[in-house]
Amino acid sequence: MNNADLLLLAIAIPALTPFLLAACGKQPNLRDTVSVLASIATFAAVLPLLLAVIDGARPAISLIEVMPGLVLGFEIEPLGMLFATVASGLWIPTALYSIGYMRGAHEKKQTRFAICFAIAIASAIGIAFSGNLFTLFIFYEVLTISTYPLVAHKETPEAKKGARTYLAILMTTSILFLLVALIWTWNIAGTTEFRAGGILDGRLDPVYAPFLLALFAFGIGKAALMPFHRWLPAAMVAPTPVSALLHAVAVVKAGVFTMLKVGTYIFGVGFLGKTGASDWLVWLAAASILIASIVALTKDDLKARLAYSTVSQLSYITLGMALAVQMGVIGGAMHIVTHAMGKIALFMCAGAIYVAAHKTKISQLDGLGRKMPVTFACFTIAALSIIGLPPFAGAWSKWYLMIAAADANQLIIIGVLMVSSLLNVAYLLPIPARAFFLKPKEDKAHGDAAASRIEEAPLLCLLPICFAALGCIVLFFTIGGLYEYLLSIPIRPESLP
Amino acid sequence: MMSLIEANLPALQVVLPLVAAPLCALLGRGDRSWAFACLVTFVTFAVSVALFAETYAGTIISYRMGGWEIPLGIEYRVDRLNAFVLLIISGSAALVLPYARRIVAAEIPAERQPLFYTAFLLCITGLLGITITGDAFNIFVFLEISSLATYALVASGSWVNKRALTAAYNYLIMGTVGATFFVIGVGMLYMITGTLNLADLAVRIVEHGDSSTLRMGFVFILIGIGLKLAMFPLHLWLPNAYAYAPSAVTAFLAATATKAAVYVMLRFMFTVFGFDYEFQADTLRMVVLPLAVIAMFAASIVAIFQDNLKRMLAYSSIAQIGYILLGLTFLTETGLTASIVHLFNHAVTKAALFMVAGCFVLSAGTCSISKLGGIGRDMPWTTAAFVVGGLSLIGLPLTVGFISKWYLVLAALELGWWPVALMIMASSLLAIIYVWRVIEAAYLQPAPEGVVRKEAPLSMLIPTWIFIGLSIWFGINAMLTSTAAGRAASALIDSSHILWKE
Amino acid sequence: MSDLGIDLDYIMGRYNYWLFCILMMTGLYITVSRGNLIKKIVGLNIFQTAVFMLYISMGKVIGGTAPILTEVPETIYSNPLPHVLILTAIVVGIATTAVALALVVRIRESYGTIEEDEILELEHDMDFGSGAAQGDPVA
Repeated sequence: MNNADLLLLAIAIPALTPFLLAACGKQPNLRDTVSVLASIATFAAVLPLLLAVIDGARPAISLIEVMPGLVLGFEIEPLGMLFATVASGLWIPTALYSIGYMRGAHEKKQTRFAICFAIAIASAIGIAFSGNLFTLFIFYEVLTISTYPLVAHKETPEAKKGARTYLAILMTTSILFLLVALIWTWNIAGTTEFRAGGILDGRLDPVYAPFLLALFAFGIGKAALMPFHRWLPAAMVAPTPVSALLHAVAVVKAGVFTMLKVGTYIFGVGFLGKTGASDWLVWLAAASILIASIVALTKDDLKARLAYSTVSQLSYITLGMALAVQMGVIGGAMHIVTHAMGKIALFMCAGAIYVAAHKTKISQLDGLGRKMPVTFACFTIAALSIIGLPPFAGAWSKWYLMIAAADANQLIIIGVLMVSSLLNVAYLLPIPARAFFLKPKEDKAHGDAAASRIEEAPLLCLLPICFAALGCIVLFFTIGGLYEYLLSIPIRPESLP
Repeated sequence: MMSLIEANLPALQVVLPLVAAPLCALLGRGDRSWAFACLVTFVTFAVSVALFAETYAGTIISYRMGGWEIPLGIEYRVDRLNAFVLLIISGSAALVLPYARRIVAAEIPAERQPLFYTAFLLCITGLLGITITGDAFNIFVFLEISSLATYALVASGSWVNKRALTAAYNYLIMGTVGATFFVIGVGMLYMITGTLNLADLAVRIVEHGDSSTLRMGFVFILIGIGLKLAMFPLHLWLPNAYAYAPSAVTAFLAATATKAAVYVMLRFMFTVFGFDYEFQADTLRMVVLPLAVIAMFAASIVAIFQDNLKRMLAYSSIAQIGYILLGLTFLTETGLTASIVHLFNHAVTKAALFMVAGCFVLSAGTCSISKLGGIGRDMPWTTAAFVVGGLSLIGLPLTVGFISKWYLVLAALELGWWPVALMIMASSLLAIIYVWRVIEAAYLQPAPEGVVRKEAPLSMLIPTWIFIGLSIWFGINAMLTSTAAGRAASALIDSSHILWKE
Repeated sequence: MSDLGIDLDYIMGRYNYWLFCILMMTGLYITVSRGNLIKKIVGLNIFQTAVFMLYISMGKVIGGTAPILTEVPETIYSNPLPHVLILTAIVVGIATTAVALALVVRIRESYGTIEEDEILELEHDMDFGSGAAQGDPVA
């Protein structure tokens, strides 16, 4: 089987899974088995591709010419391969976890949930492998639509309202800005292909470059750049596996991934640096980092706090792109991986707390650490990784981003990154601290009996959490390989023979 | 025999349904008249396909009606553009009629059904005639044939809701005023040139040059056709007519009636008056462009507040016609391509959506959005069709709506009119709101108590899904439609460029 | 004439157009302003008739006879084409009137009136219930 076939397979497996799921919707056990098997099969198809890409292969395939000159096609390059690996790799624990969570919380309509979940993963992988901006946009929109039922899953008025905000912001930005940017790019460059060194150099008047970049930066609403970040907290009404998927794997990472792709392969780092088109974005991203962190401090709802933390962390990646140096792209790409690991663990912990103790507020967590030691231990590890302390993975991506800021002579940005880390400490660490060190409050309504019944979440929930937390540590020690790999992201245009 | 048929294809296209119409009335009650009408539309569709295939490469078929010399006699002239429109009209008819049987049986008394199908066939005749003929006055005659049939069809909705009568009456008054304006315009052109043949008119208008009579003629034709195609603010007849007509009629009209009128507009503007006619260019940019933009927004906003699904879709149609007109006003090849491609794309999408509304009417007895709660569970296929159609209306990728938006925005950006590009996108955001209201009601709201709703019968589902399938297929593989539209656009532009330059 | 500032020849020479304009405007005005459905149709008919006159007067050739084939080859005759066109248009007009009248009959049967404002009131009641129509704000 050659690489092109594998590529097709990697997209086809999750894309066809929904049909299988729909067919066996009546038998929950069979359905959930299919869902897990599909996630493993997808990863199994992605893995050999990763090895091939490391060896320098660039598999490509074009499916159909939609309009004259506009092709629906896929091509793998290192950045996309990385995202696909993260998305498909983390699908496995999320799939396992969602079975445990959905059954534990007695959610309804689990088949619809599983179907939409698979479509979302398929479109995330589609985004990762897109050979041109046009294809990427298509999958970007599919991802938005397929996650809407997931956010609205509970069908309560709040869920509907949250889902409406979610859809409204993502659709508005993508149609109003991203699509216009896409057509503009097509109009001036005559192509939307991702090419090393970008396609706009020499074609776009540098005066317009900041405007086109603005259309992209705001158009990619999934990157949650302020002021278009509201959908992320609004989507917190979703069941926790969805939040884990949205905030660690598929949606937000698709956003920042697109951001990196646009910076590297459409504008080209060189073009951005030469024209200074992205200078304003550096400051906006920095502001986004700080403001979101401060807002996170004020949130008592655990998931809302994590959501604002995500908004802040995503802007790190946007910042990496906007710095317009190679190290920025590497740091940003690395942050996709490390943040995904850390944040998925955090959200799964939040879900486990909800399933086991039905608690959603941070102020209710006092003393819970003694009842659920594994969960909170993992929470601590993941939180430290997000903060960026060694020996956890998050330390490296922040390190490279700081080097990038130094490369770009943006010393203030280094300061911003440091302050942000402190803020991270301030909003993340109190949570496990409360759980471990404070005495539980007297709960008069339920009494001690109810509190004492709380124990660890089901094993299916717990295992993925441990896996993700372990990932945070393992990644710290294996980062050298990842760095080597990321160096292969082409920054300069391929030299003509 | 075959060669005889082949030589007379353009005539057959119109004569077939025309002759079949009275026969249909004679067949008596029951399914016989329906089956006959179906058969006739299938054959008509086959003729359209043959004409399309013949002209796709670029040949222009010129057919002399009754053997009279052109320009004395009436000429039927088929080129890429109207072959494309013919295909849309007869194709929609061939899909709507099979769909119609169940819903018509539910909405119209049995003894009236043969007359209903007769009117339907007459309406098809008129629309095909408008499109195929190359004679200005003949257009008027066919316009009135189709309009009169349409008034009767709309009024036949009165068996369900008596408001169909007033809707039909208002449509009649406005439609007749529009047609009469059109005749006045044609009269002015005749005064200048002494000819009624469109191709001949084009040549002689250029010879004659600009004059105030020509300008008056242009304005009268613009307003007359504007009334017929529901150009904002001449659209007042449309919402009620679409909302209260029998569901099958609405689906057919939405796909075809305004499209034929748009075709006449295109033909007059770019074949007769010519692409380079300055007064026309000014009028389009100064008057029609703002009106189109207002239509896109105003009609979409009104659509958001409608509770009747059919009315909502009707207002959405007015907005979509705004897009088509907007494409014209760019006066570029891409803009024209956008208009023509949207002609097809909107026909397919809107027909499917109105068919879905018809399915709701049949099964749930209502198409009021507030009473459609939870219908996604009872009628999964129908509702899924609505979702796909709605996404196409918004213009999301993988649907035909996206292709239209793409070309429209591209055309705007080519001219550097980026505010217009942003407005096109902003108005499609309004479409999200009105489409999503329905989707939310259908999937996330509880079903009303004690209501039994069955999935629509296959005879209705299959045509609906064929339309939906087309709107997905041509959204993924738009080579055929965009190439056909692009060729039609370039043909229109080339012919008039040559004329005005000489 | 020019000392009056008005070119009477210009005006009188085109009297058919003036007549056409006046009739057309009258017809259009009646169609738009009258509330009675029958009167609207009458207005529409006047409007259409004005157009017929425009066409027919357009085909008139000064000194020409009726366009009938005679033995004399140099006979001047009026342009027959507008006549033919208008013959068709008249048929269309009659058909339209017939459909319109049929509709009015049906409207009268269903609504019990042919006055537009009363019909609108009835339709308003159908939409919002009978209370709203009488201007009762709470209802």
